[in-house]
Amino acid sequence: MQPRSQGKRTHWWLLILPFAGLLFPGFYAHAEPALFGFPFFYWYQFGWLLVSSALTAFVYLRSR
Amino acid sequence: MKLDPVALTVFIAFFGLVTVLGFFAARWRRGDLSQLDEWGLGGRRFGTIVSWFLIGGDLYTAYTLIAVPALVYGVGAAGFFAVPYTILAYPIMFAVMPRLWNVSKRHSFVTPADFVRGRYGSDSLALAIALTGILATMPYIALQLVGMQVVIGAMGVTGSGFAADLPLVIAFLILAAYTYTSGLRAPAMIAFVKDAMIYIVVVAAVVAIPSKLGGFGHVFAAAQARFASAVPPAGAVILGPRGYWSYATLALGSAMALFIYPHAVTGVLSSARVDVVKRNAALLPAYSLLLGLVALLGYAAIAAGIHVAVPSQVMPALFKAMFPSWFAGFAFAAIAIGALVPAAVMSIAAANLWTRNIYKTFLKPAATGAEEASVAKMASLVVKLGALVFIIGVPTQYAINLQLLGGIWILQTFPAIVTGLFRRWFHDTALLWGWFAGMVAGTDLSLSQGFKPTFAFTIGSQTIAPYIGMDALLVNLVVTMALTVALDRARIPRCADVTSPADYESVPAPVVVPTTTLGTR
Repeated sequence: MQPRSQGKRTHWWLLILPFAGLLFPGFYAHAEPALFGFPFFYWYQFGWLLVSSALTAFVYLRSR
Repeated sequence: MKLDPVALTVFIAFFGLVTVLGFFAARWRRGDLSQLDEWGLGGRRFGTIVSWFLIGGDLYTAYTLIAVPALVYGVGAAGFFAVPYTILAYPIMFAVMPRLWNVSKRHSFVTPADFVRGRYGSDSLALAIALTGILATMPYIALQLVGMQVVIGAMGVTGSGFAADLPLVIAFLILAAYTYTSGLRAPAMIAFVKDAMIYIVVVAAVVAIPSKLGGFGHVFAAAQARFASAVPPAGAVILGPRGYWSYATLALGSAMALFIYPHAVTGVLSSARVDVVKRNAALLPAYSLLLGLVALLGYAAIAAGIHVAVPSQVMPALFKAMFPSWFAGFAFAAIAIGALVPAAVMSIAAANLWTRNIYKTFLKPAATGAEEASVAKMASLVVKLGALVFIIGVPTQYAINLQLLGGIWILQTFPAIVTGLFRRWFHDTALLWGWFAGMVAGTDLSLSQGFKPTFAFTIGSQTIAPYIGMDALLVNLVVTMALTVALDRARIPRCADVTSPADYESVPAPVVVPTTTLGTR
């Protein structure tokens, strides 16, 4: 059981990534590059929505 | 505004449908509704799908769907913080709420204040948590009424004096009646209809409206042109450097507050298994996508040349301008029904707090489960009537201001609830004083800024304007930590903790091997 529960804890660090990606707006508050008419500022954040949800699902499945 | 008979007919038809569902819900997964666990938490029996609809319908309120695009319409990118906020709330939910679910299941906790009372053994700290929850929830319920008021007005239903408020009063009395009889089952069932309708409306709006206006690229350009031409500049499509701190702290602070709101806790605790909570942390962001798309409709309204007297009328006005009458009616019904789900869950959550943490703790400790349920049912009526009187009697702006204050207040319960779910670092008396300091600091700063959510100060040559809730939380944490050290040094004893570390962990269900089949395998 011990190695598996160690594994659980390492996956949890993935949940920090959305915070790193979103809490520094200086990094993404730009118009370019635009995608399908969406300025970078918008599609970057929509992108994190999908990534964050996928990371949560991944951590859930690995820690089951 | 002229009365729109087609829109009104569609609206009334759908409202009638959910009214029937609300009363019918009492028979759904039938339980003994004279018990608080059954009335106030739906018997803790909801699976992944029901919980997804219920929690989604509960958190993404009608008011949110009106206020966020209105904010984006008014100030641009700064209003888009709702998106990082509703992204970051879910990793937090995933890390925190399964522990709350586990400990609440094992100790039959119904409210966040129940947990705090069990963990820290302090009735006064639990009372502080419960009062904060009730105070923050009341104006939130009132704002759901604003959502309804706006769409009823958009259909041209007007009158003077009491007649003007009559449709709202009728809608709310119906809501109060079926919440009373069916408890949490009513919003759970209505949430299916509500969310299906909202998704249809948003998908239609996001597909149809920008293409009518020449595509998203043109929508963003039109919005930027209007912001740039305003004197003084009103906002921008791309967030400026002065807005970075506000944007990030509003997103983080709101995300930290979201799942400790009493109505969010009620939604989570009604889940049947801890896996339901974890799965929904990954599945609920679908609603954030919806919210992000709705937010962009604020720009669509600018591109469409919509002008309104009050910002909250932006969305209904856009729908009226862009959709045929029958679909506008459908959209308005979606928003009005969207107000019913959170209003019901919030009133149940406030009623649970009143019953468990004030009535049972201080007034009648010997109350039975059945007495608790009947007190909670009455309390849910009182809470809703209070919200109704408030919204009819005082200017809407008061409710908006109080709801902003409510967010700051709820954040002050974070140290007691969230850190308490992991470790018992803090002394209960220290938490109480930290909470008090945070409440005073937050309220005072907010009042000094005329309820604006941020407070600007200068460090060196840089001016930053973080979210007041986070400033107050900092004060709260500093006081809590300093007093914890002082009280422990002075050997002031801590109250007893009824929970044990194992209560917070999700234990995998033991594999039961039926002994009778062992021989045949």
